[in-house]
Amino acid sequence: MSGLLDKRLIFVTGKGGVGKSTVAIALGLLGARFGLRTIVVELAAQDRVRLALDGGQGETFVEHELAPGLFTISIDPQHAMDEYLRVKVGPVGHALGSSKLFQAFAMATPGMRELLTVGKVWELAQLERRTRGAAPYDLVVVDAPASGHGLSILRTPRTFAEIAHVGPIAHQGRAIAATIADHEFTAVIAVATPEEMPVTETLSLRDALMSDGLELHDVIVNAVYPTRFDADDAVALRLAAEDGLSPAALAAVRAALSQGARVAHQQRQLDRLAAGLGERLVQLPFVFADHLDRPELEHLAYALGAGLASKKGTITPIRTPAKT
Amino acid sequence: MSVAALLEGKRICVCGGSGGVGKTTTSAAIALGMAAQGAKVAVVTIDPAKRLANALGLEELGNEPRLVEPERLCSGGLELRGELWAMMLDPKRTFDELIERLAPDARSAEEILANRVYRELSTAVAGSQEFTAVSKLYELDKEYDFDLLVLDTPPSRNALDFLDAPGRLTSFLEGRVLKMFMRPTGLGMRILGRGSGTLGAVLQRVTGVDLLADLSTFFRLLGTMTDDFRARAAEVEKMLKASTTAFVVVTSAQREPVDEAIWFRRTLQETGLPFTGVIVNRVHHEILGSAPGGSDEVAAALETGLERELAARVAENFYDYHVLARRDELNIARLASGNDDRPLMLVPHFDDDVHDVEGLLRIHRYLFASDADRARMIAEVVA
Repeated sequence: MSGLLDKRLIFVTGKGGVGKSTVAIALGLLGARFGLRTIVVELAAQDRVRLALDGGQGETFVEHELAPGLFTISIDPQHAMDEYLRVKVGPVGHALGSSKLFQAFAMATPGMRELLTVGKVWELAQLERRTRGAAPYDLVVVDAPASGHGLSILRTPRTFAEIAHVGPIAHQGRAIAATIADHEFTAVIAVATPEEMPVTETLSLRDALMSDGLELHDVIVNAVYPTRFDADDAVALRLAAEDGLSPAALAAVRAALSQGARVAHQQRQLDRLAAGLGERLVQLPFVFADHLDRPELEHLAYALGAGLASKKGTITPIRTPAKT
Repeated sequence: MSVAALLEGKRICVCGGSGGVGKTTTSAAIALGMAAQGAKVAVVTIDPAKRLANALGLEELGNEPRLVEPERLCSGGLELRGELWAMMLDPKRTFDELIERLAPDARSAEEILANRVYRELSTAVAGSQEFTAVSKLYELDKEYDFDLLVLDTPPSRNALDFLDAPGRLTSFLEGRVLKMFMRPTGLGMRILGRGSGTLGAVLQRVTGVDLLADLSTFFRLLGTMTDDFRARAAEVEKMLKASTTAFVVVTSAQREPVDEAIWFRRTLQETGLPFTGVIVNRVHHEILGSAPGGSDEVAAALETGLERELAARVAENFYDYHVLARRDELNIARLASGNDDRPLMLVPHFDDDVHDVEGLLRIHRYLFASDADRARMIAEVVA
C-alpha cells in the first residue's frame, strides 16, 4: 500500500476545474477497495459525490453510506456548529445553538465558517468520535476548495488559536492545527492538469504550504493524454497528409498531428512539475467519455492505485466502449 | 456577432463562470481587442499565478491600473489604436482602502486596521473578496476615464458568489448582532464588563476572553460604517444593473462548467442583471460535420497512405477525438437553448495553452471576428 493511504486524513486541493472532486472520489473508491472504512467529505454545500455515485440519495449533511465501507458527507458550518455545541457545551449549548442571536453572531464572525468546517473534518478523523455511537474512519478524504481558499481552511485553526490565546477555541484550534501539521496523520495533495496555469498554481501552492510548515504529499496530474505518436510517426503522418487522402482520412491524420502537438506541450508542463516536485507526481489518464459515471470513476481509482504504488502512472486512455 | 459589436456602448464588462474555464485569459483578450479598436480599456484580474502579468510585460501588477506597453503587443502583429491598462486585485489592500475611505475618522480606521480579527480574518468574511472586487470596479468607474472596464471575477467555485456578495455583506453589517455589540449597554459591553448573563457567560466559555474582546471591537467598529457600506453596496448594484454594463458568461464545453454557466445565466436574467452573451472555450469541433464511420472504416481509408499499425492508431485517436467533439456538441446545444437570442461564441481547443501575448492574440482573433469569419477560421483549424 502506498504512503498516501497510510494517512488518516487527506486534503485534496488545486486550481479550479482540474478535477479535484473526481480525484477525491477516486481516492475514496480506492481506500474502500483496500478495506479501509472511508469517507469522502465535501465542503461548502457541494454535493457531487452523492450525485455521482448514488444518484443523490440520502440526506446531504449527514454521513451516508454509498457502498460497503464507503461513506460521504457534505459539511455545512451551521450544522457543524449545532453539533459541536450540543456535544461540547451540553444543554446550555443546545439552547445557545437554537438562539438566533447567537447563530448570527457565530456566522458573522470572520473565519468561523472555515473553523467549524475544518473542526468537523477533524472530528470525523478522530479514533474516538465526538458524535456518540459513531464508528471511526480509517480514511477521511476532503474535497477541499481551490488552492487559495483551500489554504485558508488549513490556516484558520492556527489563526484562531493565536488570537484566542486561551479558552476552548484556542484549545480546539491548537488541536486541529497540530493534526493538520502532523505528517504521519495528515497529507495535503494537489490536483493539476498538465497545463501552464494549473502547473504554475501548484508550484506556488507548494511554496505557500511550505511557509506554513506543511508540505505537498503528492501531486496528482489529471487528464494526461496518452502518447500515441513518436517523431517518426509524425514524419510519416505529414507525408501522408500531402498525398491524396480521402477527406475522412485527412481529418484523422490532422487530428493525430494535433494530438502529437498536445502531448509535446503537456510533456513540457510535466517536466516543469517534475523539476519542482520530483518524485511526488502521480499521473491519471485522460478520460475520453461524455462524462464521468461510476465505471469511469472505478477505472480512475485503479489507475490512481497503480500510480501511487509505482509513482509513475501508466497512461492508458480510459474510453467509454463504443455503443452498438 | 463579434465581441466588438457586443460591447458597443458598454462601459463595464463582467466575465463570470466557474474556475478553470479560461476566464482570466478571455478577459484579457476582450480588453486587448477593444483597446486595439481604439478604446481606453482596463482589465481588472485576479490571477494568483501572475502569469498574465508577465505575459503583458508587467513584472507585477499592482492594485492600481498600469499601462501595458504597446510594443509588447505590437510584436504579435497587432496595431493598438487605444490603450490597454491592467491591474491585479489585491483583496486585502482593497478592503483596507475601503475601510479608510468609509471610516468616520482616521482614528477609527486605524483602530480597525489594527484589530487582530480584522487583520487575520477579514478576507474570510463571506463574500468580502467578491465585494472588494466589484467595489474596486466602482472606484475605477468613478475615478478614472476609461472607456471600458473588464472584470475577471474571483475564482470562486460558485460563480454566483460575487453577485450575492454586496447584499450579504451589508446584511451582515446591518444585522442585529452588530447593533447589539454597538450599543454602549449592548451585549459586547456586558460581556466585557462582567461576563454576566447566560448568553454572555456561555459565549465567554466558548470563545475565550481575548477572542471575544477582539471580536467585540471588530463588530463595534464595522458597525459604525454600516450606512456607508450600505450606500456603497447600493451604488455598486446600480452600476451592475445599468444598461451600459455587460455580463459575459465564460465556460468550457464540459458538463459541469456548462451546468454552472446555465445556472449563472438564469440567475443573471432573474435578478435583472444585463446578460449579454456566452463564450465557450476549448471546443472540440466535429471535424466532418457528422459522425465519422467506425474506426475500422477510417483505418481502411488511411491504409492507402500509412502503414497498417500506424493507421490503426490514427483511427483510434480520431475516434477518441470524435467522442469529445460529440460531448461538446451536446453541451453547447444545452447552452444554446435558453440563450435569449444572445450570441454564443465558440473558441476552439488549441493544441497548446500558451498564456503569452501570442496566446491572447489568438483568442482575440476568434472573439473579434464576424460570425462568418469565425466559422471560416474554425473550418481552417479542423480541415
